[in-house]
Amino acid sequence: MTTMTAQTTQVYQVFIKATPEAIWEAITSPDFTAQYFYGARVEANATRRISKMGDITGEDPVFEFDPPRRLVHGWHSEWDEDLAKEEPSRVTWDVVPQDGGYSLLTVTHDQLEGAPKTAEAVSGGWMLVISGLKTLLETGKPMAGA
Amino acid sequence: MTEDDDQVFRALADPTRRHLLDRLFERDGRTLTELESELEMTRFGVMKHLRVLEQAGLVVTRRAGREKLHYLNPVPIRLIHDRWIDKYTEHRVSALAGLKKTLEETA
Repeated sequence: MTTMTAQTTQVYQVFIKATPEAIWEAITSPDFTAQYFYGARVEANATRRISKMGDITGEDPVFEFDPPRRLVHGWHSEWDEDLAKEEPSRVTWDVVPQDGGYSLLTVTHDQLEGAPKTAEAVSGGWMLVISGLKTLLETGKPMAGA
Repeated sequence: MTEDDDQVFRALADPTRRHLLDRLFERDGRTLTELESELEMTRFGVMKHLRVLEQAGLVVTRRAGREKLHYLNPVPIRLIHDRWIDKYTEHRVSALAGLKKTLEETA
């Protein structure tokens, strides 16, 4: 079992100088996501998460919607034909307030057992998305070159 | 604050810790026992290094039943890249742009 773990669970974590409410807005409102999520306009509510990138629209179920602390939704990579064929996986956003006006954001992408190509494709992407989100919230500006 | 750049640089300034990160890069979600088996070091030594990496935010742990699994968190390294590398490459680009302008003006 342990040999499978690498491909099937990915964990990303960052401290952001922002309130959980500000982070929540940044991960659920399209005007924010467009600035750090590969230009995708993402909208999440209690039932679904809709992601629009150019002509491509992806829709995934929302499993937990607990503002501003926890968002759990399905994931499939609509932007690539090969990836889109793979089994859906799951993404969890946890926001925990910290001292000094910081919040700890943890993004866990798991249940990737049926999506090995997706697992490989998203690993560098999450790193860029999350560091871009931090930069946007702390400076008000999108990351250079993002 | 664990996101302090100093902590990340300090954590990276040790060959054993870099080796641990490389092992986790190849495959993460590993237990202390698995990581320990690949290093010529006591369990306590590996634990100590993992703790430094965890404090710097480079390693995140998750409980899975009775096991504690270690995951590589690349975000702090990316942030150092953004903070230090982008800054200097941007400078080089603007220096080249300046050179081009100067050359074209004098030509």
